[in-house]
Amino acid sequence: METLPAFRAETIRNDFPALHQKVYNKPLVYLDNAATTQKPSVVIQRLSDYYANENCNIHRGVHYLSQQATAAFEQARAVTARFIGAQKAHEVIFTKGTTESINLMADSLGRLLMKNGGSVLITGMEHHANLIPWQQLCLQHQGKLLVTRLNEKGEIDLDHFAELLKQGPVIAAFAHISNALGTISPVAEMIRLAHDAGVPVLIDGAQSIAHCPVDVTELDCDFFVFSGHKVYAPMGVGVLYGKEEWLLKMPPYQFGGEMVDQVSFEKTSFNDLPFKFEAGTPNVGAVLGLETALNYLNRIGVAAVGAYEHSLIEHALAKLSAIDGLRVVGQAAQRASVISFLIGDSHPYDGGTLLDKMGFAVRTGHHCAQPVMDIFGVPGTIRASIAMYNTFDEVDRLCEAVQRCATMLT
Amino acid sequence: MTIEQTEQQIIEEFSIFEDWLDKYNYLIECGKDVPLIDARYKTNNYLISGCQSRVWLHADFIDGKVYFTADSDAVITKGIIYLLIRVLSGRRPDEIIGASLAFLEVIGLKEHLSPTRSNGLLSMVKQMKLYAQVFKLKMSN
Repeated sequence: METLPAFRAETIRNDFPALHQKVYNKPLVYLDNAATTQKPSVVIQRLSDYYANENCNIHRGVHYLSQQATAAFEQARAVTARFIGAQKAHEVIFTKGTTESINLMADSLGRLLMKNGGSVLITGMEHHANLIPWQQLCLQHQGKLLVTRLNEKGEIDLDHFAELLKQGPVIAAFAHISNALGTISPVAEMIRLAHDAGVPVLIDGAQSIAHCPVDVTELDCDFFVFSGHKVYAPMGVGVLYGKEEWLLKMPPYQFGGEMVDQVSFEKTSFNDLPFKFEAGTPNVGAVLGLETALNYLNRIGVAAVGAYEHSLIEHALAKLSAIDGLRVVGQAAQRASVISFLIGDSHPYDGGTLLDKMGFAVRTGHHCAQPVMDIFGVPGTIRASIAMYNTFDEVDRLCEAVQRCATMLT
Repeated sequence: MTIEQTEQQIIEEFSIFEDWLDKYNYLIECGKDVPLIDARYKTNNYLISGCQSRVWLHADFIDGKVYFTADSDAVITKGIIYLLIRVLSGRRPDEIIGASLAFLEVIGLKEHLSPTRSNGLLSMVKQMKLYAQVFKLKMSN
């Protein structure tokens, strides 16, 4: 059996220039990865190279630079498709990010399937980006947003999910991993239940893409969305994966250049996939950066990253839980990426402010998931979210700092 | 004592702290001395919504001077409220309207009044000045 080399977060850190700085004269401990990840040098260099040497508008240009940029762009699409296990490159649509991917879906699939009084099924732990577009779609059609209950640990109530599917929602859209609680949802089981009920599925992979292997073919999900910037790639690029059969049927989202076949003043016929959904000039540099980031992550191995991060999260949970008065919000058995917590009865803003002064980048607030906070009856939490470059030493230092906050605040 | 003198006093108090955390410890202690808003005013009508931490503010006008009471659910926010009230409470409306509150920058707490902190403090200062303007208007009528 082949043994993988030991996972070395300390070595990986060296690839990320932003991690090596001081804030308030203290070494930065970056634990806000669920908001955005830092970028490795290869990605920064890729952006720089593109703008220095290759910058050009893509597709249809007859000249050399345009052809080169087009080839690179389409290669990035193929790499992205392979990374998520998609069968066909044209099933990958490039967007601005997860939010735009879901807005595209709500608009386009909404026009295809939504009828007056129709419904959409989500869960109680969605980020606002996977809640509001569907909520608004339902409002436009006097329909109903169906929300799957969570149990007291912050896990999906599968029975309730199955029950709600009986109401025949046009789609079931849910997070792979909760950005507020860290819960990993049983997506394979949920997809099976949805498909048994004849309901297509969208998975919000914003929080999973950097933390566990994703294979859309094996999962058999109909749609999968994520943002590049949460997987070590530049901001401004995201992905909508959709099964070809769906994308062919769905109407375009935005109209403009590139996405058309024939245009006259009377009518327009639209281009083939994936261009039908990519109106206007795309963020070519960011797409190439995404390709570089995914190749970089592939060399390290997403499965190895997941295993390392799992041990890091377990270590952090054990140490944080040992602090007097500390409350971990969300106790899911299967979890990854984030830990949400509160220090005694203190307000998360206080803890976050003190941790900031000690050099820790954590997030405080409702994490764009206000309904989740309501379920747990808290105004917000302090959220530490890890990435593959975080070390056990950093987690130990976080726990010491939280202990210090606890002394000051309780 | 004038506003400037009170500000100077606070600057001197904070000058002894070299470590950030000592400063915040002191700030948290200060918060315990905020003249608390009467429970009947601790409602949404007096809430300054800051998204992250909440601030309630009330003002009375007695003998030509404005007196503030307040509260917050975050103790660091409360500490800064204490400082603001110490500087601005018991002053004539004109003094409050004209106050620059430059001391916050000197003691290194100005960031808490940044619009991006969404802790309600910036809105609180605006609200304090608004109270002063309203009372000034009432006085001249």
